[in-house]
Amino acid sequence: MAWLDRSARAIFLTDFIGGFVVGMKYFFKPKATINYPFEKGPLSPRFRGEHALRRYANGEERCIACKLCEAICPAQAITIEAEPRDDGSRRTTRYDIDMLKCIYCGFCQEACPVDAIVEGPNFEFAAETREELMYDKDKLLANGDRWEREIARNLELDAPYR
Amino acid sequence: MTKIIVDGVEVDVPGDYSLLQAAEAAGAEIPRFCFHERLSIAGNCRMCLVEVKGAPKPVASCAQQVRDQRPGPNGEPAVVITNSAVVKKAREGVMEFLLLNHPLDCPICDQGGECDLQDQAMGYGIDEARTREFRRAVTDKNMGPLVKTVMTRCIQCTRCVRFAAEVAGVDEIGGIGRGEDMEITTYLEKSLTSELSANIIDLCPVGALTSKPYAFVARPWELRKTESIDAMDAVGSNIRVDARGAEVLRVLPRVNDDVNEEWISDKTRFVVDGLGRQRLDKPYIRQNGKLRPATWDEALAAVALRLKNTASDKIAAIAGDLVSAEPVKALKDLMASLGVANIDCRQDGAKLGGARASYLFNTTISGIEDADAILLVGTNPRWEAPLVNSRIRKAWLRHPLKIARIGAPVDLTYDVTELGEDFGALAKIAAGEGDAFKALKDAKHPMLIVGQGALSRPDGAAILNACARIAAATGMIGPAGEGGWNGFNVLHTAAARVGALDIGFLPGEGGRDVAGILDGASRGEIETVWLLGADEIDMAKLGGAFVIYQGSHGDAGAHRADVILPGAAYTEEPGLFVNTEGRVQAANRAVYPPGEARENWKIVRAVSGALGKPLPYDDIAALRTKLAADVPSFATLDVPAGSTGGDAATWEAVGKAGEISSAPLIYPITDFYLTNPIARASRTMAECSRLFVAAPAVQAAE
Repeated sequence: MAWLDRSARAIFLTDFIGGFVVGMKYFFKPKATINYPFEKGPLSPRFRGEHALRRYANGEERCIACKLCEAICPAQAITIEAEPRDDGSRRTTRYDIDMLKCIYCGFCQEACPVDAIVEGPNFEFAAETREELMYDKDKLLANGDRWEREIARNLELDAPYR
Repeated sequence: MTKIIVDGVEVDVPGDYSLLQAAEAAGAEIPRFCFHERLSIAGNCRMCLVEVKGAPKPVASCAQQVRDQRPGPNGEPAVVITNSAVVKKAREGVMEFLLLNHPLDCPICDQGGECDLQDQAMGYGIDEARTREFRRAVTDKNMGPLVKTVMTRCIQCTRCVRFAAEVAGVDEIGGIGRGEDMEITTYLEKSLTSELSANIIDLCPVGALTSKPYAFVARPWELRKTESIDAMDAVGSNIRVDARGAEVLRVLPRVNDDVNEEWISDKTRFVVDGLGRQRLDKPYIRQNGKLRPATWDEALAAVALRLKNTASDKIAAIAGDLVSAEPVKALKDLMASLGVANIDCRQDGAKLGGARASYLFNTTISGIEDADAILLVGTNPRWEAPLVNSRIRKAWLRHPLKIARIGAPVDLTYDVTELGEDFGALAKIAAGEGDAFKALKDAKHPMLIVGQGALSRPDGAAILNACARIAAATGMIGPAGEGGWNGFNVLHTAAARVGALDIGFLPGEGGRDVAGILDGASRGEIETVWLLGADEIDMAKLGGAFVIYQGSHGDAGAHRADVILPGAAYTEEPGLFVNTEGRVQAANRAVYPPGEARENWKIVRAVSGALGKPLPYDDIAALRTKLAADVPSFATLDVPAGSTGGDAATWEAVGKAGEISSAPLIYPITDFYLTNPIARASRTMAECSRLFVAAPAVQAAE
């Protein structure tokens, strides 16, 4: 009797109607795509984007040149040089990240004992030349100043889970 | 020998071993902070607690000897347990107390990554503090330009105190206060007046004492470690050169019980910043009175042209103090192929040469520990070889040792009988008169150490002869071979000197020595002078001679040069150094020479090629083979010369008998920190010289 089933489905256009129903269901559902440059999707507080070097509230840079991030970096993207600052404290004279080498694993921020190097929420830092993606200390500190509110909020949100 | 059972393993060790050493012999590792093999036992850190069967509570294994342990009821060996739960709990308790006041600043501490406390906290530490009381803080002390202090980190192991008192011989560090108030201090806020002071940096098990010039520069895991040999003095200290990229960042000692134990002098350790400054990194040629940068081809052509156009009796070569044996050998072969006899390696004019035993430290440095009478002739070992001085002090502390000196009084950190500043006393001893002669004659293992200050005088040969005759007459020269005592010692100051003497970089038949070369140059009889790293001669006396300077630093020689051939420094080329004992040791390359500078022997080889008389070796292996074939002592590494024996007649032939003038002695080193071009380029050394030599620390009024 299989021929009868097949004929009935063909005559009553069941497949067509089924497809139409699916189509209409998604037509009335909210859209999954967003109009990207003007609209943005939600980001987790743990999102690992562009790096930044943070400061304390009094403006003092957090980084103490312990070089743990440099040691842990699996891509060897971080280069640090340090010497005593005039007040005798341990500070970097050079803090470079090669963003082209970086694999955004987040080990650096995990290793950092003072929450100085963090991967912030910014992922829109594409550049036209390679050189622009070799970040130095000034650029990283500027990133930190620029993104501090978001970074601080993300760290706070994530703190209960650590 | 006493039997003892450690963790079920029975070992047979000397009775005076501590339990800690016995445990190590049995393969058990014991954590420790205050215990150190070369220092006295303090027993105050309590980290080495172990369980001894029959003892009511854990005992400090460093402070108990094996022979003092009570045997079992039937005479079984004592039983020590190092890995039980009791031991672990006891050590965890000790660690918790140590960490009570230790700051959590590992990320900014230079010791981080090579810290004993950090390592052992991984095994015995707990991750949380159980107390909420205030942590103590201690004011940092000023210990001069070499040692940086962060005294809050100190765990009062007192290794530095014991080192200063026992090895360095300066009682200038101590602990004051009791209990929580105890502080390690230098009392007067000044650096140690010792040439070995920076060894306390290595001794400190935490980050309380760290290196000031190296502060925050690098982490231990970033460094490339190369085992090498020091060239700052003729001791040939075994060192480890730590480099990152193209830069040498620090030098640490390696253990070699026969040479430097595990200490190095401050000059050895901190001269490295001189390796990056004042460097000759490209060839230069003097044109119209000014040095201009040149290419290697130009420089080699200029040198070859000059050497070709000068008669061989008007050419001279002087080898300096820091070069390894290979370039000296190459230069000697080159000069031989040109027929030049005016070659010399004794920049200071020391009257040495001849039989090998007549210019070596025959007793060997470790042999000093057996000596029971020492005569110092015109030498200040504290500056000429600080590690020889510390060995003498070690022997002096361990057993009765009579030390007498002919020369100006300086503090050598041990008691010395002064025999006067002029050499009249030497003649008296040589004649077999006086208490000093009797002391040497009666001693079982007498020693005589003659320094370059005595030998570089015009009457140096006569002094050397007098010393050799004293050695023969007082029975210093034992039979030849293994175990034979030879108490005749020449203390050298230059790392290259013994190697060059072995090679025979000395005036040939009718050749001139350094004084003759300088004399000839100022009178125009010598027209071309090749300085192989020789900077210590009086450049003004070179007159109008054409000077070829081969070396690493822009020092006196380079300023005078007409052609500069940039060479490698001692950390930048593999090379053999022969120390004052006649011990051949191999230095290794830690970094490559800067810019266009090349290995020194290659430069000599290149000149020989440009002259059309290529030397018969193309790589360093071939050169070393040739060297060992020509000079057999280079065939074996790390073996001192040993006694060659010899009767009185052979020793009377050493030097040249003659009048010894009564002129006062001048020690060869007037500034310990600035003895060579590398040290003179170093900022740290300049600072030390300013503080310790130019204006010695003002003593506190008492």
